[in-house]
Amino acid sequence: MNVDLARWQFAFTSINHFFFVPVTIGLAFLTALLQTAWHRSASSGGGREEYLRLTRFFGTLLVINVAIGVVTGLVQEFEFGMNWSAYSRLVGNIFGAPLAMEGLAAFFLESTFLGLWVFGWDKLSRRVHLLTIWAVCLGSVLSAAFIMAANSWMQHPVGYVMNAHHQPQLTDIWALLTNPVFVWGYAKVLFASLVTGAAVMLAVSAWQLRHGGDRKVFTRSARMALVVLVPAILFAMLVGDELGVIEARYQPMKIAAAEAQWTTCQPCSFSLFQIGGGNRDQTPTQILAVPHLLSLLATNHWNGKVVGLNPLQAQYSKQFGSGYYVPNVFIQYWSMRVMAYTGGLVLLLGLWGLWLIRRKRLATSRRFLWVAIWASVLPFAMNTAGWLLTESGRQPWIIQGIMLTKNAVSPSVSTTSVAISLGAFVLLYVVLGVVDLLLMLKYAREQLPPGPETADFETYVSKSAVQY
Amino acid sequence: MALVPFWFIIITVLWTGFFVLEGFDFGVGMLHAVVGKGEAGRRAAINTIGPLWDGNEVWLVVAGAAMFAAFPGWYATLFSGFYLALVLLLAALIVRGVSFEYRGKRASPRWRRTWSSLLTAGSLLAPLLIGVALGDLRHGLPINASHEYTGSFWTLLQPYGVFTGITFVCVCVLHGATFLALKTTGEERDRAGRVARRVAPVTMLAVVAFVAWTHASGGQGTLLNPVEFATVLVAIAAVWLVHSTSDGWAFAATTATMAGCVLSIFTDLYPRVMVSSTSPAFDLTVHNTASGSYALTVMTVVAAIFLPFVLGYQAWSYYVFRRRVSRRQFREEPGAGASPAATRSRSG
Repeated sequence: MNVDLARWQFAFTSINHFFFVPVTIGLAFLTALLQTAWHRSASSGGGREEYLRLTRFFGTLLVINVAIGVVTGLVQEFEFGMNWSAYSRLVGNIFGAPLAMEGLAAFFLESTFLGLWVFGWDKLSRRVHLLTIWAVCLGSVLSAAFIMAANSWMQHPVGYVMNAHHQPQLTDIWALLTNPVFVWGYAKVLFASLVTGAAVMLAVSAWQLRHGGDRKVFTRSARMALVVLVPAILFAMLVGDELGVIEARYQPMKIAAAEAQWTTCQPCSFSLFQIGGGNRDQTPTQILAVPHLLSLLATNHWNGKVVGLNPLQAQYSKQFGSGYYVPNVFIQYWSMRVMAYTGGLVLLLGLWGLWLIRRKRLATSRRFLWVAIWASVLPFAMNTAGWLLTESGRQPWIIQGIMLTKNAVSPSVSTTSVAISLGAFVLLYVVLGVVDLLLMLKYAREQLPPGPETADFETYVSKSAVQY
Repeated sequence: MALVPFWFIIITVLWTGFFVLEGFDFGVGMLHAVVGKGEAGRRAAINTIGPLWDGNEVWLVVAGAAMFAAFPGWYATLFSGFYLALVLLLAALIVRGVSFEYRGKRASPRWRRTWSSLLTAGSLLAPLLIGVALGDLRHGLPINASHEYTGSFWTLLQPYGVFTGITFVCVCVLHGATFLALKTTGEERDRAGRVARRVAPVTMLAVVAFVAWTHASGGQGTLLNPVEFATVLVAIAAVWLVHSTSDGWAFAATTATMAGCVLSIFTDLYPRVMVSSTSPAFDLTVHNTASGSYALTVMTVVAAIFLPFVLGYQAWSYYVFRRRVSRRQFREEPGAGASPAATRSRSG
């Protein structure tokens, strides 16, 4: 089988999958917050109906996304066995365990309670119904935890021993769940998901405010999105910095390639961009090198040392036998910058929004609202770049130091088969992506569901019970 | 090590749970346009499984993940060997999954018709393909000494496998019909009952032939084993019970038939998990594909903690949605004079 086709397929399907995952995690949390706000106000007799209307409005967007997130996740699970059977056979006892736990502990929870939430408005008490959306939120967050634990093991394998047949055997599940790459990587995914969900909520609210949607209600959701967005992006950056230091420790190639650092440096600067570069050009023209920044990012020290790609290549060749161990430098260099710059732009947008809230001009600043609508693509670019940095930076390994990607593919599957499946998935995902986008846009532009004219909640929900 | 057979049992339970639960979802998907007349009737049919199908499908995800973790060798050979069939299966499951969600999101009749057809096609194709695959596990496929599949896509379509697939589709249709009779009212309930009565004898014959074929190819003497015997009995009982006035008993009988079919395959398979038609020496068994004892122990603890919870809250969600769904809850013409509130009522 052709390993490049299998990699293209994994990249294509997983990047697509991860468009929907952070929206789900982020919007599930924000929807749960909205419903909690309504529940608390209703309990205290105030009945802030705008929160109920917002819950239902954003809940619709959440559910449209979950549908695609679930089915594209199924493809990911199958793909390990279909395209990467040599990998699955070798490490199923380690890598499979967190996947099975994900199903048992998280996916069942998320799916079952989503059904209860969507269809349960008129069947459950207000309090129990509120709990169901929090269960969905918990399920989505737990789900990401197990997937990240599995992924982190590929970046930094822990908790195993090699048996006599040179097969890694799981010996310590806690090591997997306390793997520093996992702990920090997971935190980063959670904050990035909050950023994504909040940016979507902000963009939708901004569109509504620009197009005559209910000003009072959508100002409230825009404010809530901003209040979540700013700390989330700040934490994502801080956590990302620490993750960089950890990865520099376990996967030095990844960080050296992210700066296209061929020779060892101390202290090391970080270039804002470069002309040329890549694996064949070791002397690109670096523009605006910021002194000491790479040292800080990679080691947390002002004068930290970063080992260059060439000495690392020499060291790996000695350790693992001859071969080329440098990842794609072009992808590493630019995904690092796209991630950092889009993250920076999101932060600026958030700060601008907070300043407008302080000036009480959030709903009227048409320029900000316009920018906020289009800025919703930034977190998606940031997430994709982050994953490219992580996954492409692990190459040529599928499991760092244990198995090379080229040895991991299914021996029994022909290149034609992979090509057919790649074509089928591309076609399917493009159609689904278009449908999803059209539906999201349609529902994001609809009017708010009307509030209950009376305080009679039971009549309201039974009249507009959510159904297929 | 006792945990190895134990995990075979867990995986059997997961597959059985998947077919028992998702089996009627498949049936409802195939029958929703037959049993539900008009837009209101179709929506009534779909909404009987609306809150439940997603949770049911997770049984498949968990069954796959459990095979990955407990029997990596089985997972690797199976998923790479069934390659193109799985691409088709994924396409069917994806299309079917989103058609639930998207069908009601626009009022145009053409939009609804399109997603209805896709729902029907996906619901037919999925149990057919999985049925063929399970039959193939039992019947045997060309597998070499290093446990790699050596056949092509067409090798997967041997007669026993195809017949298993057809049998599974029949049982899913019947199971879906008894479920619809249990969960709808009025016309839909009557039509579902009629479908069940018409399909039941055919399904019974298919199940009996399937069990006989399974047993005969196993070469384990003339006597059926208890699971096979019970499967035949409940399939016959189903023919009788779909005529009774109790929708509940009819559904119980098709549930048992569905479970029996899956269990027959797995009990006949053990201790093998994939038979090699090349040589019995190359059979994949629970022992030569299993994970190490530590991994299995960890998984056992996790399953022991979480499976009871899962069963508990899924049972609770069935209890919450126990009421029958009536066509009167839906408006007949999509979009006709819809008030904002009615437009919202389709959003999910």
